[in-house]
Amino acid sequence: MTTLDREPALQRLHEMVRMRRFEEKTAELYSDGKIRGFLHLYVGEEAIAAGLMPLLGAQDNVVSTYREHGHALARGVTARAVMAEMFGRVDGCSRGRGGSMHLFSTAHRFWGGNAIVAGGLPLAVGLALADAMRGRSAVTVCFFGDGAVAEGEFHESLNLAALWRLPVLFACENNQYAMGTALERYAAQPDPCRKAEALGVPARRVDGMDVEAVSQASAELIAAVREGQGPRFVEFATYRFRAHSMFDAQLYRSKDEVERWRERDPIASFEARLRQRGWIDDAARAAIDAAVASEVDDAVAFADASPWEPVEQLLRDVTTPRAAP
Amino acid sequence: MTTITYREAVRAALVDALQRDDRVFLVGEDVGRYGGTYAVSRGLLEQFGPERIRDAPLSESAFVGAGIGAAIGGMRPIVEIMSVNFSMLALDQIVNTAATLRHMSGGQVSVPLVIRMATGAGAQLAAQHSHSLEVWYAHVPGLRVVAPATLADARGMLWSALQDPDPVIVFEHVALYNDKGELPEGAGAVDLDRAAVRRPGRDVTLITYGGSLPKVLAAAQTLAERGVEAEVVDLRSLRPLDDATITASVRRTHRAVLVDEGWRSCSLAAEISARLMEQCLYDLEAPVARVCSEEVPIPYPRHLEQAALPQPERIVAAALATMGGR
Ligand SMILES: Cc1ncc(C[n+]2csc(CCOP(=O)(O)OP(=O)(O)O)c2C)c(N)n1
Ligand SMILES: [Mg+2]
Repeated sequence: MTTLDREPALQRLHEMVRMRRFEEKTAELYSDGKIRGFLHLYVGEEAIAAGLMPLLGAQDNVVSTYREHGHALARGVTARAVMAEMFGRVDGCSRGRGGSMHLFSTAHRFWGGNAIVAGGLPLAVGLALADAMRGRSAVTVCFFGDGAVAEGEFHESLNLAALWRLPVLFACENNQYAMGTALERYAAQPDPCRKAEALGVPARRVDGMDVEAVSQASAELIAAVREGQGPRFVEFATYRFRAHSMFDAQLYRSKDEVERWRERDPIASFEARLRQRGWIDDAARAAIDAAVASEVDDAVAFADASPWEPVEQLLRDVTTPRAAP
Repeated sequence: MTTITYREAVRAALVDALQRDDRVFLVGEDVGRYGGTYAVSRGLLEQFGPERIRDAPLSESAFVGAGIGAAIGGMRPIVEIMSVNFSMLALDQIVNTAATLRHMSGGQVSVPLVIRMATGAGAQLAAQHSHSLEVWYAHVPGLRVVAPATLADARGMLWSALQDPDPVIVFEHVALYNDKGELPEGAGAVDLDRAAVRRPGRDVTLITYGGSLPKVLAAAQTLAERGVEAEVVDLRSLRPLDDATITASVRRTHRAVLVDEGWRSCSLAAEISARLMEQCLYDLEAPVARVCSEEVPIPYPRHLEQAALPQPERIVAAALATMGGR
């Protein structure tokens, strides 16, 4: 495997730490009641967004799920805008209307956290269709969980993308569970790559706990998609360290299993690798922590200072305002 | 009497059904190992095993359709869909298959299927997890739609629904699961056909169902303190509607306020309003009033979510307006 150069490697580490600290803060804020509704954390899965997202350009599209804080941050949506959204404030990236599960930023071609499992896949096919029809060389990356592979929309969307040779990278974050149901307990064929292949989409399995593996594989896949070779499917094998959402007693998995995966923590393992290479020392690591802590504190302060939308505006943004005739 | 939550009442009904009829099984996403999205089925996997407490993949259309198939094959499935929003992925099976088989087959094939789903807003779950789409199903001939709003109905309606030879959809409002109260020992099956008067009164009829019932009862209490005796009718059955109970009440009070967490346009409230015009226009002393959700996808922030939903103050104001602003 080719490794990342020093600078990009340090950036990836920084990005993963940033996502982790941001989300750990949101869990605290949830207990404080600042953040409400459903909150699905990406803790453990950071290497995927950190490895893949920097490979995309401004013209590319990203479609995501309700577990999308890391995707949004890595795509460039500011920590302030994401935090304010989770607070429900008017300066949030969706004006507070969406919350944790519905982060949108058209400026980043970030087409939303979708909380209907597999709901984003057809959307990604359409975004890619538009690019193909307009002759743009953009790529659409569509993130979804392993659970989404069981939905009809997965099968329908992959078929359509393959049939029309559309520039989509279907990125399956296989964290081994759909809520509390383990992959082997809901899928007769537990290998999602074989399903993708059956639908005519070349597929590849990648270690989603290793940011360099993610980065290298994603670069190759994105290049193939961009060249017009049609869609690709990638399964990132990963694990969520925390509960599915804040309302989950985790009756369905053992602490041992969680511990075994935690030993492969994408941040700790990458940091150890960088230390071996002599690219990072205690001081540099502490500097990352300090930078991230101050960015997160700033985001919280920003979100807390952002106003609530006045109730008088309740009915706005249901339909598009028409220009006066 | 035992003190019990709404959630426990539904669970007791499930246990009862599973014990009484070996054709009954429960299928849905995370009903087993996880213990149910709203913890309704916690413990049932251990008690009844994976054959009868079946965790389904994220395949709403497939497992609802399989429920229909199992029902016509002689079983009595209870299908749980996590939320009415996700039931949209199974709409084809419910509307195009479950509701039509009996008719299309010239009366040969009945579908004794029960589908339970959570509905409603209040937990800041935003615009893909909070809607009250009951009326979509109440629109469809071939389906029966019920909404247990009380502990007794949560306990009793499931068994009654299982006795029905046709598909029954049971809507459980998420805000009710933690409601606590007394349930008589031996509480059992209930009549699915009739609406219930939950509070008698002579001045105005407040008609509602499901998760809005507690708000309406609170409004009736406030009205009583202001000298207005409101009668509260709980629809219980959303299809068919119990016209007799509704119109009898309105004929007594001459005023009606309809409270419905669905959006106003094309709502259940709209349907009931039309029936009141058809059946008792000349008994009315004021225009029928409606308190529904505002016409906006449910927003995430609490103050906007609450502003979008029917609230006791709005119900009180609407009732007073029918009394000439008393
Ligand atoms: C259509 C639909 N059905 C059910 C749900 C409820 N639900 C939310 S997340 C989830 C599990 C999805 O698992 P997976 O796709 O593996 O993603 P993960 O949460 O593991 O990232 C379920 C069942 C939903 N949001 N949408
Ligand atoms: Mg998963």
